[in-house]
Amino acid sequence: MPKTLEHNFVEQAPILRLEDLNKSYGDGCEYCSKEDAVLEKNICPKCHTVHALRGVNLEVYPGEIVGVVGESGSGKSTLMQCIYFDKNPSSGACYLTPYKEGTENIFEVSEQEKLKIKNLILGMVYQNPYLGLRMDFSSLSNIAERQIAAGSRNVHEMMDRSDELLSEVNISKWRAKEAPKNFSGGMQQRVQIAKALSSNPPILLLDEVTTGLDLSVQARVLDLIKDIMHEFNISMLVVSHDLGVIRMLAERTYVMLDGKVVESGLTDQILEDPQHPYTQQLVYSLL
Amino acid sequence: MHKRYNFAFLDEGSKREIRRASLKAVCIPGYQVPFASREMPIGRGWGTGGLQLTLSLIGPNDVLKVIDQGSDASVNALNIKKLIALTTNVETVEDTHQATLIQSRHRIPEVPLTKDQILVLQVPTPEPLRAFEPREAITKKLHAHKDYTGAWLMIFEQIVKYNTATTGADHPVLVHDRYVMAPSPIPRFDNPKMDHNEALILLGAGREKKIYALPPYTKVKSIDFEDYPFAIEDLSNKSCRLCGASGVYLDEIIDENTGERSYQCNDTSYCEARRGVAQVVEGGQDA
Ligand SMILES: Nc1ncnc2c1ncn2[C@@H]1O[C@H](COP(=O)(O)OP(=O)(O)OP(=O)(O)O)[C@@H](O)[C@H]1O
Ligand SMILES: [Mg+2]
Ligand SMILES: [Zn+2]
Repeated sequence: MPKTLEHNFVEQAPILRLEDLNKSYGDGCEYCSKEDAVLEKNICPKCHTVHALRGVNLEVYPGEIVGVVGESGSGKSTLMQCIYFDKNPSSGACYLTPYKEGTENIFEVSEQEKLKIKNLILGMVYQNPYLGLRMDFSSLSNIAERQIAAGSRNVHEMMDRSDELLSEVNISKWRAKEAPKNFSGGMQQRVQIAKALSSNPPILLLDEVTTGLDLSVQARVLDLIKDIMHEFNISMLVVSHDLGVIRMLAERTYVMLDGKVVESGLTDQILEDPQHPYTQQLVYSLL
Repeated sequence: MHKRYNFAFLDEGSKREIRRASLKAVCIPGYQVPFASREMPIGRGWGTGGLQLTLSLIGPNDVLKVIDQGSDASVNALNIKKLIALTTNVETVEDTHQATLIQSRHRIPEVPLTKDQILVLQVPTPEPLRAFEPREAITKKLHAHKDYTGAWLMIFEQIVKYNTATTGADHPVLVHDRYVMAPSPIPRFDNPKMDHNEALILLGAGREKKIYALPPYTKVKSIDFEDYPFAIEDLSNKSCRLCGASGVYLDEIIDENTGERSYQCNDTSYCEARRGVAQVVEGGQDA
């Protein structure tokens, strides 16, 4: 049986649901406030407002890895950073089942609630490890940081958990006290993954985790992500401009172009039979 | 030439502004209130924050004590005391019991303070999260959101590296279960004295332009972990070579010729009182 049929999506509610997410840089104008306004890529020709995200709707179901693919500048990182509260969306809503049964738009809760969501419900692995790690602190402390934020005050418990996670991501115990600034790019990404996992979040956000890594290192990080998904049953949203990465990881995929979702569906189907001209281009360039 | 100064050097407008900041500080225990730090006839970083607090509070009937690292006779303490005495004519003492207003650098006196006393502490670095986050705009937010992961993380990192908290002085405290505060560079030995102290404790940072406060009977807890509880310096089995006191903060004295170690009260007026040495009292309204 093909892997994509293992889940019965109809019966479950999505664990993460984005509704009509918009993010623009600039005030907008009468022209570009119309829904079907034609822009130059994502920029308004009249007022030069950048529309980084335009009416994005997206769902992640429990236990699923969902991919987001698109060219540079299509809004992938902006999407992730809005969900993780690093950027304020211009409008739109996001609901997470583990937070108040998904009844509240997380963009509208207090800063303290957002912190809780960030520390307990979401884990983030940034494209740039300098955004996700404290390069001068030991790897142990980096991983403990999220546990401290989640309320742990027991050093031994946190160290044990950090050791466990470091071994999970194949980093030798002997290097646990070292600062990530001494590590290679692949190791830094693995420390980021361990850190993101440390408070057992049900949802993991991965932004271009393998970009800039050697192919062999890439493969190992991707394997690790798949193992983690199976072992911890975490739902993941995985962003990449590389359709190859998405093909390896994601069961369902959203294709983004100029801030909009232009196509979505089962990854296999999108690869077999791309509908949107842009997706067709992407797929053919992969072959 | 005889130059006339306003009572307590500062003009009344300045005093009022500093008192207003002090009142706000008392209302929000542990919160750093910005104030317009004045130019003082001593250099910034030499106790100008404490000095401005003292000058704004002092009245003709106050009895003043000034100490620097436990000593009434250090040059720094003497100069500050002289400046205040010359511009107020108040009585100055060494005996802690007799003082109504005590300005101190890096120590809380051994004699328990009472509700009729105010302790003013000089502060070099008021921001307890500074080593964790260099940007003031961010640390302000962290305080506002009660996001104190950094305070615990810094101590966690010390434990990772040295298996113990290595804060010699200025070990951060949580005030009234709300604000994390730098207690000024007092030894850890003095931290517990802050908890539910009967006296009002005011802290002033002249260079950094901040005032903060512990009103009487405020709950003050040193930051620690369940399995690495906060501990004061180990002074057990040691006593003062001059007065025999134990259970007080002791300085280590090393004999240059013999290399022999001995210990001596850091709080000189406490030690002298125990030995029946007459303590200096100067000035006052009638003098
Ligand atoms: N602060 C900003 N001001 C104006 N435009 C911005 C700002 N930040 C991002 N953008 C624009 O938003 C759009 C989306 O950027 P984003 O980083 O989300 O793209 P991406 O899909 O992650 O690209 P990449 O594959 O290169 O990582 C781009 O056009 C970018 O130039
Ligand atoms: Mg990006
Ligand atoms: Zn426009």
